[in-house]
Amino acid sequence: MIAMSSDNQGTNARVSNLSQVRTVTKYTFLNYFRARRFYVMLGIVLLISALLTFVAGYYRSPFFGFGSSDPALTFYSAYWGSFATLVVLLSVVFFGGDAISSEFQNKTGYFLIPNPLRRSVVYVGKWLAALGASTLILAVFVLIALANGTYFFGASVPYQFGESVLFAWIYLVSAMGLTFLFSSLFKSSSISILTTVIVFLFAFDVIDTIASVVAGIEPWFSITYAGGIIANVLAVTYPPHTVVTRVGRNFTLTTFNASIPEGLAIMAVYFVVTAALGLWLFEKKEFTS
Amino acid sequence: MPGSSIEAVNLSKSFGSFAAVSSLSLKLEGTKCIGFLGPNGAGKTTTMKMFTGLISPTQGKALINGVNIKEDKKKALGSCASLIETPEIYPALTAREALMMLSELRGVPKGERTKRIDEALGKVKMQEWADKKVGSFSKGMKQRVNVASTILSDPQVVILDEPSTGLDPRGMSEVRDIVKSLGNRLVFMSSHLLSEVTEVCQEVALIDHGKLIVYDTIENVTAKFAGDGGAAEAGFSRDVDEATLSRILRLEGVDRAQKSDPRHLSIRFRGGLQAQERLFAQLADMNIGIVSFRETSTGLEDAYLSLIKETL
Repeated sequence: MIAMSSDNQGTNARVSNLSQVRTVTKYTFLNYFRARRFYVMLGIVLLISALLTFVAGYYRSPFFGFGSSDPALTFYSAYWGSFATLVVLLSVVFFGGDAISSEFQNKTGYFLIPNPLRRSVVYVGKWLAALGASTLILAVFVLIALANGTYFFGASVPYQFGESVLFAWIYLVSAMGLTFLFSSLFKSSSISILTTVIVFLFAFDVIDTIASVVAGIEPWFSITYAGGIIANVLAVTYPPHTVVTRVGRNFTLTTFNASIPEGLAIMAVYFVVTAALGLWLFEKKEFTS
Repeated sequence: MPGSSIEAVNLSKSFGSFAAVSSLSLKLEGTKCIGFLGPNGAGKTTTMKMFTGLISPTQGKALINGVNIKEDKKKALGSCASLIETPEIYPALTAREALMMLSELRGVPKGERTKRIDEALGKVKMQEWADKKVGSFSKGMKQRVNVASTILSDPQVVILDEPSTGLDPRGMSEVRDIVKSLGNRLVFMSSHLLSEVTEVCQEVALIDHGKLIVYDTIENVTAKFAGDGGAAEAGFSRDVDEATLSRILRLEGVDRAQKSDPRHLSIRFRGGLQAQERLFAQLADMNIGIVSFRETSTGLEDAYLSLIKETL
């Protein structure tokens, strides 16, 4: 991966890999920040927040904690817990979906790669920039949730909300790793984005349902299953690991909830494996027309 | 700057069963410009991509200043700048920011970056656009920024793959001037424009079907392979009639003469400069209203045509 060493660069100063990562991150982030898609993503978050704020304020239903025994926790569970994973997944699609594939399709790689730097520098730099942009979007959602929570239920914020935000960020790190793997797989931006959307928003959900409900297997291999801890930690009582529901006389439905250590472990494994695999693919991929 | 070198050692690249470059061995060294010529699909760009880490060789080595690019790309490209195809730049960055990114990546001293960027943009006549987003640039303007990026870090070795692509005639002329100004460096430049290569390079390497055909100075290649034929275009103050055309065709050494328009003739002739001088004098003596006489083929073109029989 990235060795923090320096190499001789002829007449110019020596540049460490770390400095080059910083440079790639800085300019990629600048490119993201000025691009339309950043503001589209910001607009989506503001729209989701506006709708939630309207529904919460107008209907004042128990779903948002009004009249419940633990109103603040219930509010954050409904407002943040129900939508944080969606915001995370949309962010990784927006900022990571074509981060690597666009280097091939748009030919920006021809500007960057034939320079004295390792490909891993470009990969890590772009990954950090995408993570930064996504973190910014997530932070906006956190601040709006906090503002709403404070307005409706006072300044006392339950500590579980902090945990949930932290888990959402770890989920973002992990999901970004997988997104970059898809982005390294393809040379077409649209295919890599489409694949990411299908995998995150449909495929994993289908796999989770089939594994748990149909086959009765805990979907420990699924990142979205691990992402369940973001909402679960906001439950007044953390849900049990296995929930069996009887349906009619002869059927039972089994659903699973990842424990916090299990969820974090799954995310960590996803991050390590997908980051290594994505980087390896990018190192091997050739810039052919 | 002695010691600069680009070397291909038994360099090969295959895409499936297609051998794009086949056992290419070539050593370029010193401070000069070498034109890299060949028909479409000959393997020029593939070779240059192997020298810049965009693709990996199937076999053999691509060395820059003695360093194998596959083993230590960072060191090999430390003193080498390149322009391969027509790169795109992150569209939301300004030209200045894009070049600043490269100068940071390439280790241009911090105190010199702004000055060097201004100089590089000045050379490609893009100062006025320095702070505009690249996304709003035309293809030619982007290529000018790309050309600027190759001179930014004061490299010892410059690899240019058809640098004039997408440029207007003035842009092409400016790129030629820039390449000529890189006189104290080793420049390896592919081009389809033989006149461009003749103007800026001292040596040529010809490649066809992935194999090196010849590598020598332009003079030697021309002397060996161009034959002694020549071509010229003569202009007249009045329309050239059939009788005059017949008289010209009967002149010693003239192989062919045909009208390109009523007042211009394309003439092919045998013999070198002496034959050309004699032909010009004879045309003047004929009193047929000749007002211009211009050589239209270069020796390199003839050599190229005699060495490269197919275009694909």
